[in-house]
Amino acid sequence: MTQPIVSALKVGKSFGPHPALIEVTLDVMPGEVVCIIGPSGSGKTTFLRCVNQLERIDAGALWVDGELTGYRHVGGALHSLSEAEIARQRRVTGMVFQRFNLFPHMTALQNVMEGPVYVLKRPPAEARAEASRLLGRVGLAHKMEAYPAELSGGQQQRVAIARSLAMHPKLMLFDEPTSALDPELVGEVLQVMRDLASSGMTMLVVTHELGFARDVGHRVVFMDQGRIVEIGAPAEIMNAPKEPRTRNFLRTILRGEA
Amino acid sequence: MVAVALILAFAAFIVVSFARGQIDWTTTGEYFAWPTVMRGLVNTIWISVASMVLGIVLGVACAVARGSPNPVLRAVAIFYAWFFRGTPVILQLLIWFNLALVFPHIGIPGLWQERTVYIITPAFAALVGLGLNEGAYISEIVRAGMLSVDRGQFEAAKSIGMSYFLSLRRIIMPQAMRVVIPPLGNEFIGLLKTSSLASIIGFSDLLRNAQDIYYNNAKVIELLMVAGFWYLAVVSVASIGQMGLERRFGRGYASTARR
Repeated sequence: MTQPIVSALKVGKSFGPHPALIEVTLDVMPGEVVCIIGPSGSGKTTFLRCVNQLERIDAGALWVDGELTGYRHVGGALHSLSEAEIARQRRVTGMVFQRFNLFPHMTALQNVMEGPVYVLKRPPAEARAEASRLLGRVGLAHKMEAYPAELSGGQQQRVAIARSLAMHPKLMLFDEPTSALDPELVGEVLQVMRDLASSGMTMLVVTHELGFARDVGHRVVFMDQGRIVEIGAPAEIMNAPKEPRTRNFLRTILRGEA
Repeated sequence: MVAVALILAFAAFIVVSFARGQIDWTTTGEYFAWPTVMRGLVNTIWISVASMVLGIVLGVACAVARGSPNPVLRAVAIFYAWFFRGTPVILQLLIWFNLALVFPHIGIPGLWQERTVYIITPAFAALVGLGLNEGAYISEIVRAGMLSVDRGQFEAAKSIGMSYFLSLRRIIMPQAMRVVIPPLGNEFIGLLKTSSLASIIGFSDLLRNAQDIYYNNAKVIELLMVAGFWYLAVVSVASIGQMGLERRFGRGYASTARR
């Protein structure tokens, strides 16, 4: 039996008195594309950030690529991992942010090479060759020497995807990757994500793009108020949601799109 | 128009007064490149550069400590900035220079010992005094620079597996530099002039050497003019250097206009 890439067991997280995640349990299998939808404040972004350990979970347990994240069992007790070990665990996952977060003082090519050269210590020439191949793959072969400020939002997000891929992640996390984009730029980023999905990448995508979730997602997770309300095949969730909250949410979104 | 005319008239008045006043400009010219003056100039420049380097090292370390999760490091950094910003530089210089009064001997017990007066020369006291003081101010500047960098940059650096220190070095500091360089240039320019306070503890800087000359020949204003000219010249060169640095660290922000 293959083991899941992400395995969350009753994960809880709160910011002060406000619970952001409550008993979130979810397995993501290799090669699977799981889309998380839900209203803002439902905890979907928080969950993604926990998977990448940008946030520390307060309850439950989270395994990524078979390793318990953030902690180690020593003689029946849990010990926090050191910063270096957490950094090592993070390398399994790539993360694409809503606001791109490219390094503004570096060209597109340097952005993509940065991780391989300084984290993986690969020879610069080799990293450069791979970085230009990756930029070609996201359709930006002609923009390698451009600084982020010289690129459109869609182009920046594609560079950000290439930057994550350069670390050879086993899992890609997307945090509302198209929400900060002008409508006419959404398509090019979704296309890159579609290509990535069809290449077999495991993806966990927080999105408001229901079309993408329906076409590309293997499963859709609906979250509300920190809990997973419903999980199912995209067609099931979109066309015949069981839960009234899911129905309400979809109705609001579709009304907005019409 | 009237304002411009008034300003020009006033400027002309100042120039004429100084030209006609009791200043022996020939003497000023004669001492312009006098060896003692030149030695003082060199000393002023190196003590400023060395104190600045010390200040930057301390300032960056202190700024990083301020942002650290370790409360002890944070407290030390806060105390350091508070202490050195809270007392006059001239007092700090005097304390360093007179340290021998407190500790007649310094060294590593059992290994090596030396009389303090041999170690803490005027140059040493000036370097440590100016450098420590500068570090306290620079830490605030660097901290402001680090705070100006978007939090998302830290997260992006983490997401490609960078450790905290690697992300500081590769991602945060280079971006903070853009904000830090102008005030840092200001600090250096200030330091070039503040270093003249070291003349009080016997450090042979530009001002001190000019004074040594006029103690002998009584050409006070003439030599102060020489010193003034050289300070202006060095500060001007430093300002040009600052512009170059700003351009260098502005990469990726000026967009196409720059290339």
